[in-house]
Amino acid sequence: MSDSAVIPSSSMAEPAISAAHAEYLNKCRRHKLMVRATQMAILVICIVLWEMLARAAIIDPFITSQPSRIIRTIGVLFHEGVLFMHIGVTCVETIIGFLLGTVAGVLFAIALWWSKFFSEVSEPYLVVLNSLPKIALGPVFIVWIGAGPVAIIVMTLAISLIVTILEVLNGFMGVDQEKIKLVHTFGGSKYQVLTKVLLPASFPSIINALKINVGLSWVGVIVGEFLVSKAGLGYLIVYGGQVFKLDLVMTSVVILGIAAMIMYQGVVWFENFVLKKNGQLQREDKDW
Amino acid sequence: MKPVVEVSNVNMTYQSPNGEIHALDDISFVVHEGEFVSIVGPSGCGKSTLLSIISGLLKPTSGEVLLYGEPNIGPSRKTGYMLQKDHLFEWRTILHNVLLGVEIQKTLTPEAREKALNYLKTYGLYEFRNKYPEQLSGGMRQRAALIRTLVPDPQILLLDEAFSALDYQTRLAVNEDIYLIIRQEKKTAILVTHDISEAISMSDRVVVLSHRPGRLKKIHNIELSCAKRTPLSCREAPEFRHYFQQIWKELDIHV
Ligand SMILES: Nc1ncnc2c1ncn2[C@@H]1O[C@H](COP(=O)(O)OP(=O)(O)O)[C@@H](O)[C@H]1O
Ligand SMILES: [Mg+2]
Repeated sequence: MSDSAVIPSSSMAEPAISAAHAEYLNKCRRHKLMVRATQMAILVICIVLWEMLARAAIIDPFITSQPSRIIRTIGVLFHEGVLFMHIGVTCVETIIGFLLGTVAGVLFAIALWWSKFFSEVSEPYLVVLNSLPKIALGPVFIVWIGAGPVAIIVMTLAISLIVTILEVLNGFMGVDQEKIKLVHTFGGSKYQVLTKVLLPASFPSIINALKINVGLSWVGVIVGEFLVSKAGLGYLIVYGGQVFKLDLVMTSVVILGIAAMIMYQGVVWFENFVLKKNGQLQREDKDW
Repeated sequence: MKPVVEVSNVNMTYQSPNGEIHALDDISFVVHEGEFVSIVGPSGCGKSTLLSIISGLLKPTSGEVLLYGEPNIGPSRKTGYMLQKDHLFEWRTILHNVLLGVEIQKTLTPEAREKALNYLKTYGLYEFRNKYPEQLSGGMRQRAALIRTLVPDPQILLLDEAFSALDYQTRLAVNEDIYLIIRQEKKTAILVTHDISEAISMSDRVVVLSHRPGRLKKIHNIELSCAKRTPLSCREAPEFRHYFQQIWKELDIHV
């Protein structure tokens, strides 16, 4: 609020910081620092402990792997020139599945909101599909589509689509009816209700759906790769398990964790970007 | 004076799976140009329904409403609606909020924008034009909502319990505020309220409706002897209590 100085009302102006307030802010900062430091410490302790126990032969690194071996494995994969290929394959599949699931889910939710008849007809199907474990459909997709990246993406869609639809629809239903009436009082059309009220008002639900979807897309892709693929992190995990190379399995899991975290942060970044564009950013620390 | 709103023999019956709800029964009255008319009645008697019918949002089961002598079909540009809460969109700045109406009506011209800015200037919100609603007080928000209603230039304002979400003190201040704005802009206004004092203090006439189905019980011409005709000073007028008691009796409120 750079222009707050021009506002006469005293409640809007920001007063000079008092000593007590400075003290309070300091305390908040220290608290945040403390939380971060503890988080880092836990991570470091786990890694060090893992490494030491393996070196002292208290745990068997053949079964548990160990941090130094993971780093070595990453190096080997890199030298063989396949590291980024595997990461790339999985990431591309995930991102395509994620985007398709999100866009298709939002569009489907809009269709359900638009036509009450359509929504009533679809209800039992949505309920059944929502409770069905979608992974059970994996073999069906492979037979229908063939073992390949497309089947993996379809698997991802199957897992994330219904959840997205329900989450976004829930957001639509939570919009105040009076806000919709307001648009009608100006003679607004149904399409205008959608664009002026429904979509912006349910932005938090849509973001929530995105966050859920990030996780689900990874599940879909990894399951898909377990079932069909010749490349990707899921493939490395299955392959490593079959030939008893736990280093390879653990390495893939670690990379997977990092990639998933980056993608989640991407969504958080997108959320903040849109909120900032609308000047509504109140939350300063992202919760992750 | 020219009749602006003519409600004639309006009936409204809602259909629902649990049966029919007879909301309004044969309502007729006329509102003239520049008048401020209040409609009071117990809750659920069909006040909001009546306003929605006048605005063209709802079609009556029978009867008709004329605005400036013409039947109204669909939400009319002649009317501006104000709801109980301000419903400012928290993702829009105040300026963009007050432009919502013209934006929806696809008349967001530079002149409309200029007009909106002028309203904001005249009614003390100009400095807040780039702020978001959450940064405004309840009274300022209600003023912004009124400006949003005024920008598309309706001649008739329909206020559906537009003040009842405010606390008592703010409400008195906003009554005063909005009353003066409506007078200054020379609008015709119909206010729905269940607050008898609010109705008497703001209106030229008060229409009293019965329990559901809403029937027209009485129309009072409000004549108060006070120096300056503003809602707050009218509350001091000697006739005020007399009107209050009469309407109170007519409303027939049992607890
Ligand atoms: N869309 C609707 N469908 C069925 N009944 C309705 C509908 N809207 C209002 N009603 C009923 O009509 C009656 C009048 O409602 P309303 O006009 O909102 O009353 P008021 O504004 O005076 O409180 C109420 O009993 C309400 O339950
Ligand atoms: Mg009502």
